[in-house]
Amino acid sequence: MNGVLMSDETKKGLKSPLRRQLMMGMAAIPALAMMPRPSFGAGPATSAVNTTGLAVTDSEVTVGILHSVTGTMAISETGSVQAEKLAIEQINATGGVLGRKIKFIQEDGASDWPTFAEKAKKLLVNDKCAAVMGCWTSASRKAVLPVFEQYNGMLYYPTFYEGLEQSKNVIYTGQEATQQIIAGLDWVNKTKGAKTFYLLGSDYIWPRTSNKIARKHIEGHLQGCKVVGEEYFPLGHTQFNSVINKIKLTKPDVIYAIIVGGSNVAFYKQLKAAGIDMSKQTLLTISVTEDEIDGIGGENIAGAYACMKYFQSLDNANNKAFVSAFKKMWGEKTVIGDVTQAAYLGPWLWKLTVEKAGSFDIDKVAAASPGIEFKGAPEGYVRIHENHHLWSKTRVGRAKADGQYELIYETADLVEPDPFPKGYQ
Amino acid sequence: MFGDYSIGDLGAIFAMQGFAGLILFSVYVLMALGLAIIFGQMGVINMAHGEFMILGAYVTWMTSNAFQSFLPALFPGYFFVAMALAFIASGSLGMLVEWAMISRLYKRPLDTLLATWGLSLILQQAYRSVFGAREVGVELPEWMMGSWQATDAIQIPINGMFVMCLTILITIVVAYVLFLSRWGRQVRAVVQNRVMAGAVGINTEKVDRYTFGLGCGIAGVAGSAFTMIGSTGPTAGQLYIVDTFLVVVFGGAASLIGTIASAFTISQAQSTMEFFMSGSMAKVLTLLAIVAILMLRPQGLFALKVRK
Repeated sequence: MNGVLMSDETKKGLKSPLRRQLMMGMAAIPALAMMPRPSFGAGPATSAVNTTGLAVTDSEVTVGILHSVTGTMAISETGSVQAEKLAIEQINATGGVLGRKIKFIQEDGASDWPTFAEKAKKLLVNDKCAAVMGCWTSASRKAVLPVFEQYNGMLYYPTFYEGLEQSKNVIYTGQEATQQIIAGLDWVNKTKGAKTFYLLGSDYIWPRTSNKIARKHIEGHLQGCKVVGEEYFPLGHTQFNSVINKIKLTKPDVIYAIIVGGSNVAFYKQLKAAGIDMSKQTLLTISVTEDEIDGIGGENIAGAYACMKYFQSLDNANNKAFVSAFKKMWGEKTVIGDVTQAAYLGPWLWKLTVEKAGSFDIDKVAAASPGIEFKGAPEGYVRIHENHHLWSKTRVGRAKADGQYELIYETADLVEPDPFPKGYQ
Repeated sequence: MFGDYSIGDLGAIFAMQGFAGLILFSVYVLMALGLAIIFGQMGVINMAHGEFMILGAYVTWMTSNAFQSFLPALFPGYFFVAMALAFIASGSLGMLVEWAMISRLYKRPLDTLLATWGLSLILQQAYRSVFGAREVGVELPEWMMGSWQATDAIQIPINGMFVMCLTILITIVVAYVLFLSRWGRQVRAVVQNRVMAGAVGINTEKVDRYTFGLGCGIAGVAGSAFTMIGSTGPTAGQLYIVDTFLVVVFGGAASLIGTIASAFTISQAQSTMEFFMSGSMAKVLTLLAIVAILMLRPQGLFALKVRK
């Protein structure tokens, strides 16, 4: 059924009139407004830029998009698909990559990890995609990783995740755990004087690894701080009254919550119903982006703090242009969360890397990746590290009732990605 | 773990914990009632139960939007209208499904399992195509949010109490309908001996259709009520389905009292253990206990004596 039925978003993405709307939206970006109409086929010879038989012609290059548009994960991955399509349209509107128009083939991972692996193989072996933007959960990434390594593909992975991984064949455009966690804990300790922490999470690898790092940092690096509770709930858990009572009993300075999916909605609704006032009780989360607030309801989470690298409300020229182009393409009501922005970086980083390498060959792209800078990122300047993760700033935002975050704090410098943190394992 | 706390603190927490257990109990009963009617009275295993609940949730969401746009003055009371509409929507869909699909499978009860599971997939994708893949946020009237301050330290969630009252009301209505009304007697007659019931002039097809519709309608009301405590998305129904089956099977499939007793046992065990250990461990222990009890007593807590 997954092949036949497609969500609204998918259908929209296939319509071509969007292209014109997009060009109008792009006028917001001054540099682009000066560009002449793109013409494709004027780049270097195909035989020179493609020595390994990828799907590159004189006028086109094929990339893959591999996300779930059906199944449970469609909730989260829809935004990433939208962002990647927007980036591809924008790149094409400015002349494409090495004079070639990007054509994309979209496959549906259907929220099922073996399907992800199978579709990844199809994109690499049958379609010879020069790069693939895709995956969302760690489980899906772990499923496709051996495929990308065996068939030598290039994956741009957008989600913030637990770290403990590095591959020649993957560029991680989201934050790894230490980038997301440590700066936020330092901030809450310093400005809120927080000493006691209650750690919560859904029961799988990302929350557990993240809380492990958080605990090590709280107990080892923050003076006089301690963890007063640590708990995990099965994915899809919907009843949080008991743990809320426990929180009331232990009265922690900070509730540190890494709950995901449908549980998230239940947790914040019940927290609010139990009379926990977020203007008095500090709550710090790393798992609620603007996307999730849509389902939770702004009034239920207003006052909570989130620590990640991007908020839709960021006040800079890149971001304003990005948000308005995104809304032109996908509708006024869509919201943009951290992962959506990271997904948007994928095609752009790939383009810049290919142009630096002067080739689409995977090995050359992988080797050219470290040091690639993208100044037009909505989150601000980013750079690819030797370890294929991004240098990026970490920010703390405060949720407002309208579903947006208000920026409270950002690190002065870019935070170095450290997927294998010493002393935190 | 209690050494550091005063007696007053502990008292308040235990009072609130007691309420947490009762709220969970009401949620379980509300979830399971619709399924208990369908499974217990008709022997149909309705795997799409969760999706009927979510239909109710989406109806609530649409009603909330409609009231906000057209009748903002009446918004505080919209929830009651939404629940009625949810009952009608899920109930009608249930009757349609019974007519189109279930009625053809009464002689092959295990096939209903497969058919309704397929139905649940179709409904999920239909919700995704119609309402979008993202979760929707249902806005509640102000009076239903927040908590009631019983004493300085004791706060009881208002939505929890609302679910409790609703559950009591629906249980009473269902009990009346099934055990005291003429129609309820017909339902039980059909369950006990379909051929004989038909022979004495009961329209068994009609009884089946309305029973299935009633079960689905109650699922819709439950879904509507759960917008207060949970999420509303295409696959949110899956969050409830396992617990629902657990409650019904553990209670003894054909017994309403059994469903209530089982919901009470499971919810109290779950909520008490969750207080003393982590949520995942509590779930593991609850499930282990249920498995053990079902091994000793496969028919569930309460079983009716039915002539086969």
